[in-house]
Amino acid sequence: MADDTNQGIPAPEGAAGIIETDYEIGQDNVEAQVGPFGIDIHNPVFLISGLSIVAFVFYALALPEQSSALFTWLRPALTSNFDWFFLGAADIFVLFCLFLIVSPWGKVRLGGADAAPDYTYIGWFAMLFAAGMGIELMFYGVSEPLSHFATSLGGVASEGGARTDWAPLGAAEGDQAAAARLGMAATIFHWGLHPWAIYAIVALALALFSFNKGLPLTIRSAFYPIFGEAVWGWVGHIIDTLAVFATLFGLATSLGFGATQANAGLNELFGLPVGTTSQVVLITVITAVALISVVRGLDGGVKILSEINMGLAALLLLFVLLVGPTLAILTGFADSLLAYVQFLPALSNPVGREDVNFSQGWTAFYWAWWISWSPFVGMFIARVSRGRTVREFVICVLLIPSLVCVLWMSVFGGTAIQQVIQDGYTAVTDAPLELKLFKMLDALPLAGITSFIGIVLVIVFFVTSSDSGSLVIDTITAGGKVDAPIPQRVFWCIFEGAVAIVLLLGGGLGALQAMVISTGLPFTIVLLLMCWAILKGLMSEKT
Amino acid sequence: MFTKIMTPVDLLHIGDLGKGLQCGADLARLYDASVVYVGVTSTAPGAAAHNPAEYAAKLADFAAVQADKHGIRTEARAAISHDPTTDLDDALLRSVTDTGADLVVMTSHLPNLTDYLWPSNGGKIATHAACTVMVVRG
Repeated sequence: MADDTNQGIPAPEGAAGIIETDYEIGQDNVEAQVGPFGIDIHNPVFLISGLSIVAFVFYALALPEQSSALFTWLRPALTSNFDWFFLGAADIFVLFCLFLIVSPWGKVRLGGADAAPDYTYIGWFAMLFAAGMGIELMFYGVSEPLSHFATSLGGVASEGGARTDWAPLGAAEGDQAAAARLGMAATIFHWGLHPWAIYAIVALALALFSFNKGLPLTIRSAFYPIFGEAVWGWVGHIIDTLAVFATLFGLATSLGFGATQANAGLNELFGLPVGTTSQVVLITVITAVALISVVRGLDGGVKILSEINMGLAALLLLFVLLVGPTLAILTGFADSLLAYVQFLPALSNPVGREDVNFSQGWTAFYWAWWISWSPFVGMFIARVSRGRTVREFVICVLLIPSLVCVLWMSVFGGTAIQQVIQDGYTAVTDAPLELKLFKMLDALPLAGITSFIGIVLVIVFFVTSSDSGSLVIDTITAGGKVDAPIPQRVFWCIFEGAVAIVLLLGGGLGALQAMVISTGLPFTIVLLLMCWAILKGLMSEKT
Repeated sequence: MFTKIMTPVDLLHIGDLGKGLQCGADLARLYDASVVYVGVTSTAPGAAAHNPAEYAAKLADFAAVQADKHGIRTEARAAISHDPTTDLDDALLRSVTDTGADLVVMTSHLPNLTDYLWPSNGGKIATHAACTVMVVRG
């Protein structure tokens, strides 16, 4: 038996219901030497993914108006016609996760009955956050609570019987305290249980079918209970290609937009000129740091950066908590949590909604967005979650990050709302989205230092998304092998940066981001099927 | 001169290790040393095995076959890595210490351009291991 104590990771022993399949991991791979570089790639998936990404970039660049018109029509068309589907499915995911916590299958351990966790709680949480939310928390932590607060305060407006305002539920016209409460509840709704349930479903399915059933660590494996051996054929190729597609374009478009946002922040702080040159340099720097991280690997790069980021984020959170309106924030945290619980049934109601702008333009959009990111985040979470029981996994992926998001939103959003209500500070409301965080920090002491930490966090969050995304794409395009040669992960990391730069220079970032979000619809069906696959998989495990 | 020889093996490319395996076994007979075969595996299912336990069992079988074939004392050690692509060398170096090996015999490929970017495993082990390292060109 292996003696691996030097690694701090006991080898898994004990019962785990391995699926007997004739498929051997890597059997469809092509191992070759390209010049001095060795490659080990999945035969159709790598090539199809790479070529179709290039084709879509060309399409977006060659026919910018048509592609923009198509995708920017498609995204709202999907979220407004299928809002009930997105909302209903996300509710199912939350209920399913809560059910798993209390079910007897909660005892099943990922990686076999006697497997021990690969990572400590700190390292694990750091990576969950860095991959799962990260950058969005920086930009939306201040802006979203303010936005819902303002629209709620503005009250309900309608035209021809249809609501034209963007306020959640019945709004809270003229009542600042009630508007703040509703605004916080609506924000937490978008960052709490539902998004993390989406990630938890994908991650649990992949971890279960990979670590317990012995199937390759790739998206198609979760569909083995449904498609059987056919999952190794074209059905699986399409699933994996779609996942690569959504991950790479999701990351590249975020990187492109993020560079423009970081550029605006750096302009505000240091006067860095706003323009494509600065943005291309930013993307290049972020990609270069991500490159170092992927070459250093999961433990030597990704984990260390994630931990640094979590430390910095905690520092910033603590600082705002202490120098901001501490008492108001703390009571606001408890009150926001209560408001969230109180409004949760109404906010998550999928049918008969009157607040159509909010439920379609915000909630359905967010659900589509989280779902389109779920193959990437879910697979990354799966990779670092071996050794946890299903109960521990779901509690830690669903409940604890949700609570941290509530705290984050209460501190950043709560402070900004207090600044508006108590001090009449309008700079934070007038600022564009990318500057709201910095305007909020401006009104607190040591703004120069905290804003600098804010900018560093924004950039490092991009790096941690980019490096973990490159590892995920590399694993999928290597047929689930996690030991593919280094040049492959280097290729995907550079490719992602290059796609971001090309789209930034040639236009098309918005169109392709809309397209990525549109993949949320097919993936919602995929996630629903995954719930069934998880149940089937757990039933064959010893409890 | 030597009491324990460590030989890193890749269960998927045993055919490429012929000279290194033979060399390690010959030296073991010469110095009446034992050979510990070290393999590095990931926690995720791979081409060699579904999980680390299965990998360890396959490596133990391999070591037993080598013992019969060369008439030497052997043992097996499976080292687990979260990311074997990048952590292989570190896992092997830890194994050198933990097994108490006083000689490492390992196969290495012919140098090429990529060695300027990522030093070969043999090169790194020879640079950092405290014991004697013999790099056999495959």
